[in-house]
This record gives sequence, C-alpha cells and structure tokens, in this order.
Amino acid sequence: MARTIEKAVTVEPEIIAREKVPGPYANYLTAQEKAEIDHEIPRYETKRAVGIDALKIVQKYRGWISDDTLKAVAEYLSLSVAELEGVATFYTLIFREPVGRQVIYYCDSVSCWIMGGEQVRAKLEEHLGIKPGETTADGEYTLIPIQCLGDCDKAPVMMVGEQMHRHLSCEKIREIFAGENA
Amino acid sequence: MPKIKIDGKEYEVEAGQNLLHTCLSLGLDLPYFCWHPEMGSVGACRQCAVTQYANEEDERGRLVMGCMTPVTDGGIYSIGDQSAQDFRSAVIEDLMTNHPHDCPVCEEGGECHLQDMTEMSGHTVRYYEGSKRTHVNQDLGPFINHEMNRCITCYRCVRYYREYAGGTDLAALGRNYQVYFGRQQDGALESEFAGNLVEVCPTGVFTDKTFSGHYARKWDLQTAPSVCNHCAVGCNTTPGERYGALRRVVNRYHGDINGYFLCDRGRFGYEYVNSELRLKRVLGAAEKDLLATTATKDTKVFPEISPQKGVQKLAELLSPDSARQVIGIGSPRATLENNFALRQFVGDENFYLGVSPRAASLMEGCKSLHASPDTRSPTIPDIEAADAVFILGEDVSNTAPRVALALRQSVRNAVLDKARKLKIPTWQDAAVRQLDDGERSPLFIAATEPTRLADVVSGLLVAAPQDLARFGFAVAHTIDPSAPAVTGLSQPQQRAAVQVAEWLMSARNPLLVTGSGCQSEDIIEASRNITRALAKHRAAPVNTCIVQPEANSLGLSLLQPETPTAHQQHLMQVAQLVEENQEAGLGTCLVILENDLFTRIDPHIAERLIRGAKTVVVLDVLLTGTTQRADLIFPASAVVESQGTFVSNEGRAQHFYPVYEGSDYIQESWRWLADAALYFCQHNTEFPPHIEAMANWEHTADVDAALQNAVPGLAGISEIPPDRNFRISGLKVARQTHRYSGRTAMYANLCVAEKKQPVDDDSPLSYSMEGAHSEAPPALASSSWAPGWNSNQSINKFQDEVGGHLRGGESGLRLTLEEAGSDSGWKTEIPNAFAADPEQLLIVPRYCVFGSDELSNEAPGVRELSARAKLLVSSLDADRLDIRNHDRVGLQIRDQDLELDAELCADLPAGMVCLPMGIPGLPHIDLDISAYAGLRLVQRAATAPVSRNPSPDIAPETGGQQ
Repeated sequence: MARTIEKAVTVEPEIIAREKVPGPYANYLTAQEKAEIDHEIPRYETKRAVGIDALKIVQKYRGWISDDTLKAVAEYLSLSVAELEGVATFYTLIFREPVGRQVIYYCDSVSCWIMGGEQVRAKLEEHLGIKPGETTADGEYTLIPIQCLGDCDKAPVMMVGEQMHRHLSCEKIREIFAGENA
Repeated sequence: MPKIKIDGKEYEVEAGQNLLHTCLSLGLDLPYFCWHPEMGSVGACRQCAVTQYANEEDERGRLVMGCMTPVTDGGIYSIGDQSAQDFRSAVIEDLMTNHPHDCPVCEEGGECHLQDMTEMSGHTVRYYEGSKRTHVNQDLGPFINHEMNRCITCYRCVRYYREYAGGTDLAALGRNYQVYFGRQQDGALESEFAGNLVEVCPTGVFTDKTFSGHYARKWDLQTAPSVCNHCAVGCNTTPGERYGALRRVVNRYHGDINGYFLCDRGRFGYEYVNSELRLKRVLGAAEKDLLATTATKDTKVFPEISPQKGVQKLAELLSPDSARQVIGIGSPRATLENNFALRQFVGDENFYLGVSPRAASLMEGCKSLHASPDTRSPTIPDIEAADAVFILGEDVSNTAPRVALALRQSVRNAVLDKARKLKIPTWQDAAVRQLDDGERSPLFIAATEPTRLADVVSGLLVAAPQDLARFGFAVAHTIDPSAPAVTGLSQPQQRAAVQVAEWLMSARNPLLVTGSGCQSEDIIEASRNITRALAKHRAAPVNTCIVQPEANSLGLSLLQPETPTAHQQHLMQVAQLVEENQEAGLGTCLVILENDLFTRIDPHIAERLIRGAKTVVVLDVLLTGTTQRADLIFPASAVVESQGTFVSNEGRAQHFYPVYEGSDYIQESWRWLADAALYFCQHNTEFPPHIEAMANWEHTADVDAALQNAVPGLAGISEIPPDRNFRISGLKVARQTHRYSGRTAMYANLCVAEKKQPVDDDSPLSYSMEGAHSEAPPALASSSWAPGWNSNQSINKFQDEVGGHLRGGESGLRLTLEEAGSDSGWKTEIPNAFAADPEQLLIVPRYCVFGSDELSNEAPGVRELSARAKLLVSSLDADRLDIRNHDRVGLQIRDQDLELDAELCADLPAGMVCLPMGIPGLPHIDLDISAYAGLRLVQRAATAPVSRNPSPDIAPETGGQQ
C-alpha cells in the first residue's frame, strides 16, 4: 500500500515507515533511468508532479512507454498506474504506442488551419501513405497532430524530429521529403 | 439570514451557501451535473447558470453559475430568465452531440439525471446529425458495467472515486473530445465503495451489473424501506423486487447514517436471497438406506412435509417432558423479534446467544462500553466531524465500511478549517482541494495490519492484539496519570502514545474507534480506560464508535437474559450441557435460529454438539452446514422479506419492512414459533402463560410490545414503526410506483385472471400501486420521486435542506443503554507484551469486506472477489521461511491444515499472521481453542516475466491504450 504521508507525521519512523515490500517492477528501470528520475524528485513538491519528467526520461531510452514501463514508473514514484496513465495519455509528447524513428508533428491549431494546414496534412498523408496517429510500414515516420508549435506567424508549420519546417505548402512538403529520400 | 429574490419572489435563506444549494433547498428546479451535495462545487459543467441582477433597475443582468455563486443579502436572481434558459439548453445540446440515442436500451433510463436535466432545460429536439465519438468499454469486475459512449464528461465519477472514497485505480484518461474515465486496464474496481458510481454518475456510464442480469425499470420495481444486514452500521437501503425475485439494492438516504453512499457488500451482497440454497419448504429429515450411492450411514434425506405437520412437531417440544431439555440457540444476524420469540419459546433459562465464548464476552464488553457514561455513540456525520481520531484494534474498512468512508472525510477537517479561516466557503471544492498541502486532521491507527485507511493516517502502529491493548492502556495513562501505567513499552511506542493522547486532548471532537475485530477483550478494556480518562479530561462523554461484526450483535446482547446461573450463554456451554445431558440419560432438543454453528465454534465441537442432541430444529434462510444436520427445517424470511428490528453499532434500533412476500412457505422465524405455540395451546388444556401470550401474537407489533415489556433496555422500540393502522388520507403507503406496469398481465403465463395482490395486515404499507406515494414519512418511504425528478437526486425534494435531514424526522430510535452495576473504576489487567515464537505464529483474525460475511458470500460477485482473500505474513517471517509475495502457503493449526495465498506486509511484526475469516472454502478456525500455527511454503507463485532492459530498437511489445 502506498504511503504518501509527506506532512503531519509526528510519530517515530520506526512505527510508521518500515520498508516497503519490493514490487514486481523493482528491477525494471535501469540505474541510469532511476538516477535521472531521482535527480528530478527534489525539484518538485510532490512525487506526483515528477510523473511527466519520469515518463520523458524513460521514453528517451525506450522510444515509447509500454504498459510495463508505465507500471514500473508508477511503482517507482508510488503513484497509481491509473493516475500516471492519465498523465501519459494527456500529453502528445508521451507515446503509448511504438513510434517511427522520426515523429512528424503537424500543427492543427487555428492559425495553421487558416493558412492551409488542412491541405498540408492531406499532402503529408498522401506522401507517407498513413493517417494521423499511424507509422509508416518501414518504421521511419509517425504522423501526429499537435496544437500549436509556437510559430504562428510562419504558419502552417510542422516539426520533423527536432527540425522545424515553416511556411509549408504542398510543394514544400514534396521538397522536404525529396531531400530526405535523396 | 440573507434575504434574496428569485424570479420576483422573496426568500430568507441560509447564509454562506451557494445559489444552487439554496435554490434546490427552496424546492426550486435548477439543472446541474458536476455538483453533488457531498462533493461540493467545481463549476465545470455550466449547467446551473442563472441570471444575476445588480439591482432592481438592472433589467439585463449577467449569467452566473449557481453552484459557484455565494448567496448575498439583497441578491436578485432569475432561473426563468430567457438568456439563462437558452444558455442551459445550449449546454445540454452540446453535451448531447456525443450522447447516444440509446435510452430505450440503457439501464439508467427512467431514473437518469441526464434525462431529467435535459427535459428540465428544454432541449427536446436534436439538430446535430454528425457522427458521435465512441469508446471501447472495460470489464470493471462483477459489479459494474461500463458504457463510456454515454459519458458527458462531468468528472463526478473520478471526483467521487478518488477524492471522496480514496480509490486510486479510476482516472480521467486522454484529453479533449476523447476523455475516458476508466482503469489503466480491464479489471475489477478496487475500492469497496465503487458501487456508488452507479448512483453518482448522472447518466448510464456506470450501471449495476448484478441488476443487468435480471433487469427491470425503476418504476416496475416493488420496494420497501429496508436496512442492510451485512454489517452492523445499519445503512438504509431500498431493495427492489419484481416477479418474486430480488433485483437490486440502492441507497436509501438517511441523514444520520449512510447519507448518499453504501459499501459494495451492502449494495451487491443481496443476491443470496435468490440463491439456489434458499429454503422454501418445511423439511423433515428421514434416515433411509440409500442404495448405490456414496452416502454414508448418517446421510439424511429431507422429504418435504406439510407446514401443519412441521408446526405440530415443533409444538411437541413445548409439552413438558422430564426426559429432555429444550435449548434455543439465537443469532446475531437474526432480528430482535426472532431472537425474542425463541427466547420466549424455550424459556429465558434455556436461551443461548449462539456465539463462541470469546464472541459472547466481546458482545458483553461492547455493550458495557456503550452503556458507560464516559461514552457517546456517534452518528456518521459525527464521525465525519471528528478532528482527531484514534482507531484501536479495528479494521473498519472491512468490518464497518461506511464508517471507514466517514473517517476518510474526517481527516479533511484540518483543510476545511484552514479554508474557513481564509473565508473560502467549504463547498468551493476545487479551491479547498487546492489548499490541501497534505495537512490532515490526526488519524492514528493501531491495528493488526495497515488497513486501507493507511494512505490518510498521521501515524500507524501495526502490532499483535495484546500490544495494541498495551498501547491503548498507555494512551489512557498519558491522558490521566491515575490510570494504570504500562511498563516495558518501546521508546517509539511511548512517544506515539504521548502524541495520540495530545491529539485527543486538544481536539474539539475527538473520536475513538474500537471494537471486537481483534477478538481481544484487552482492547475493549483499554478502550474503557481511554474513554474514562478522556471523558474526565473533557468533562463530557467521548464519541466512541464501537464496531461489532453482525447486523444485530448489539441487539442480541440486549436480549441476553439476566439469569444468575448463566452469565455468558455461549455455544461451548451448550456443548457441555449436551454432553452432561447425554451422560444423565437426558435428551437435548436444539432449536437453532438463523445460525450456522460450524462458522461459530470449532467444527469438531459443533459436530459433537449436534450429534449429541436428540432433536435438532433449524429455522434459517439458506441451506448451511447446520441445516444439513437438522431433523426439522423451517424456511425463514430473509431481511427483504421480513418486518423486524436490528440494533446497529450506533445503538439505533431500526425497523424495516418486507419488500415482498417470500415464496412458498417462507415466513419470519417468529411466526413459525408462534404458530407452534398456537398449536400447542389449541391442543392442550394446560399451558404456561408465556406460551399463551405467544400464541396470540399476530403482528410484528405484538412481538415488539412483548419485547419492550420483557427487556428493559429496549423501552420504546414498539413505538419506532408507525402503527400498522397508520394511513395517509385513508390510504396505506404504496410499495409499487404509480406507474408500475403489467400488473394485470405479468402472471398471464400462469393464469389469465389477474392475480390478487397479497394483503399486508402487518404494516402500513400495501403490496400495490394504490396508496400514498411521495407523502410517506421517512420511516415508510422507500423510493423518492418528484415531478421532473426521476433519478435518485429527487431526494432533494424530501430534505429540510440539500444534504441535510429528511423532513419528517430521521427514522430509528437511539437506545439509551444503562450500565449494569456501578462504575468499576480503572481497568488494571494490562496484558503481557507479545513474544514472537518462530515455530508457532500467532493467528490474528483478518476480515474481508468480500468474504467474511456469511450471507453475502452466496452472492456470486461477492464470492468471486472473496477468492482474493490472502494470508497476511510479515516480511520478516517470510524471509526466514523463503516465502515471497503471492506464494501458496500452508498453515498448520493443530490437526487442521489450510492452504492459501500469502500477502507479504513489511509493517507486520514477526511472529504473527493475519488469517482471513469466514472465507468460502476455508474451514472455520476457532481461535478460542488454538491461535497458533506453523507456516510453510507450498508452491511458489508464478512470477510475471518482466523485461529489465530498455529495448535497443523500437520495442515490439504490445502496448497501447484503449
């Protein structure tokens, strides 16, 4: 049973905080992952708040968050799996399914939509042969919509991996991927 | 009190409340979703919009959310203003774009808050023609259906489940249009209060799965006011029947007890009533040689006999016969009336309590603590209001779950106080939760395991019962140094005792929770000292919640006859008596009332007891181990088929009514006994006066009248139920709704003529749709309904204020128990400290909300979950014996060998294990006889393969969410 008494504990630890029985995921995370998560813990008021960072850290090494990984992180932070799943499924940048080597985030928010974002998305779908949320058969690209990349004055925009692409048009999409393929 | 004006009408209202609460309390209709009287306001759904005007000249006003707006003196509001109406209608229209058009096949239909609010808001035509978002549903276990497509995203479910009930496995997942309320993966919801989701959800996302199996619309159910019999809290329930079968149980609001919520044992344990093990006919055992069977020589067959024949045989026990003794064995799960009838039938001196010696002594101890001038019995709202709680030796989450839910609210008092100081209204739920930085009102648990309240404790002591008692004695001594001191306490325990004492002494509303859960008299004695010390310190009685195991434990202890010879009339005395009679050549006839002796005492002793008896008569609801060995069996009514009275932990005598008549020859046990008395009087010329009196019992009221004359502690109980001649405008109160359907045709498959409705001479209720409906006083009102309010939320219309007391007075009578004898002073017998023996582990009883209650175990869902019951083993012992979590282990107790799964607990001291009690499939272990066992590993649990390293490439694991 998780004991999350962070305050108002005035009784001796001998009584109230014996060591926990190790859970089934005690050896799941690597020492490196644990060290990086531990580094984040003191930076937040509660362990709950570390959830997003912990998921990002683990995802960095594993590419995505599998059910087992989710449970391991929840166990490590003494959070309920359901609560951490709430976090994982809320944020676009946490992947709960395997993704391609490069993730394409195209903006589907209002500025990009006004500037022709829908045509850009259609072109991307056509070029890659996948729908949003899917990964190409060769495991190269995953297409994910995102709400605003903070570059509205250069709309429509998308991000491929870490690389921003601005002032997009169908022509430009062709060019970008032509270059990649070359 | 502020004066406000709503739609031109002036009202004087309670200060400090929000406008929605105020409007509903005034009886005005204002739609809402996310708000709940127990959970306060978050202003999320925008459904309760009203127009607020700046002053009399302001004609335009502005929209405000009712639930977020404090009422202010001179405030001018309008519910009916067109702009507010349009706004509310538009909000519903938006919610409806994704809500399926499945009301005809939805089980919420007809009692759906969303239907009611949609009608109320005036959005009656759908214009949206687009597609609707859909979800995959989850299997949430045996009790609850999941249909996420119906969700309107009000967040009530997670607010209730996580914040109110402390559950962790339900969450809001996803975002935007794809918000999903569910578990991380399929599986039974873990909280024992999950069933309330069925009533908390304003639409049909969470519905009652047990009800689905035999569904009927709310208006087609016949209902009556009933009381839960699955623990001793006494929650009020509304069971519903159709076609002679019990279909479901829902909460029946009681402002002093359950409020809006039940536990899942109470809500879903009802199916035992429909079980195949139900006794419906009178059976007389015959010994026959059964050819070509595996039956042993003693195997009895039970041919049916006529009720007349059965009663005649029962009446034979009344004729004086010096060659035999007739013994009555009562039961803490039977009503006062049934137990009293048995006591009268066999005579005071021959009436026994039907429990083990330890249980009898604990019942006596609890009763006496109740009666002590130092204690006061708290209601559930009193428990919620406690600002320092000390739980001594009781796992309330499993023995009195509704109390645990109230305790979970009590720890929030520190935050609520802080909010009050900052002038934040306590109904501003989101704001108050924002304030919560982990500060809690102290809750200290001293128990044999951490319990499910461990996530909100301020301190926890897990120890053997004798050490818990010692700790309790130490707390008492700290409060009042004249109380006996405990020597040899460890330093941390000593410091904790000082801390607990300080908490209790400085609190405004301290609360002690104790009970018989550890089966330890020492704990009751220690509680005595604590209440005595604290009452002296406060110069006022101390709120003390005394938990007993069964629906009528306290009631039965009040019936214990005051005979000088038999102080404690327990089953071991019966066993001894049977043996003595055997030796003296006397026959013993046992009349066993609603009791399975094999679950009370050592099964071998129970076997000897029954074998040694000349005749065994059993009156019971289900076929039990005891019934199978009887010579004569009478079918007894289950609670939902009876009228009767239970006395709850609180000391409240509560009367309940039959929802329907039991099938075949089922009737209340007291009627069988009274029938026998009548037969005896008709066929004999001489009969004792108490049998003659019994022969004249016709109505429950007659038994209650006799009961209150015979038992001083029960004065006033015959006045609890409204008189059976009570009428409203000449009418009885109807058990069926005004739109109950199919009455003329529902049995047409059997007979085309309309079946006559049964006549109820015994109560002011009728088995009919004719009669008074919504006007009934709370004691007779089973189901609330008001025009436009078909869901359970209609209870608003029957409360003095929303979430307050029912108009017409809460039902039940709080008994005032008198202490027998004078004040006995301090309890001085402090037990020795527990000494662990690695070879012989101490067995401590462990109770399971699903599994430790005899009757609810016959409900399939409860039985399914009872298989989760595990043996709690200390990590220290486990390491020594090489036992890991979930391993199969063997427990050797004298000649008995049990096998079950182990659950490791690091908090548990070495040398003790907690054994789940009453679990189906496990023999009863009589801890009075031997409480020590050897432990060994039987089989290693299969461990789930868990990959330890991050995959170098894209992992092929099957992941993904729903």
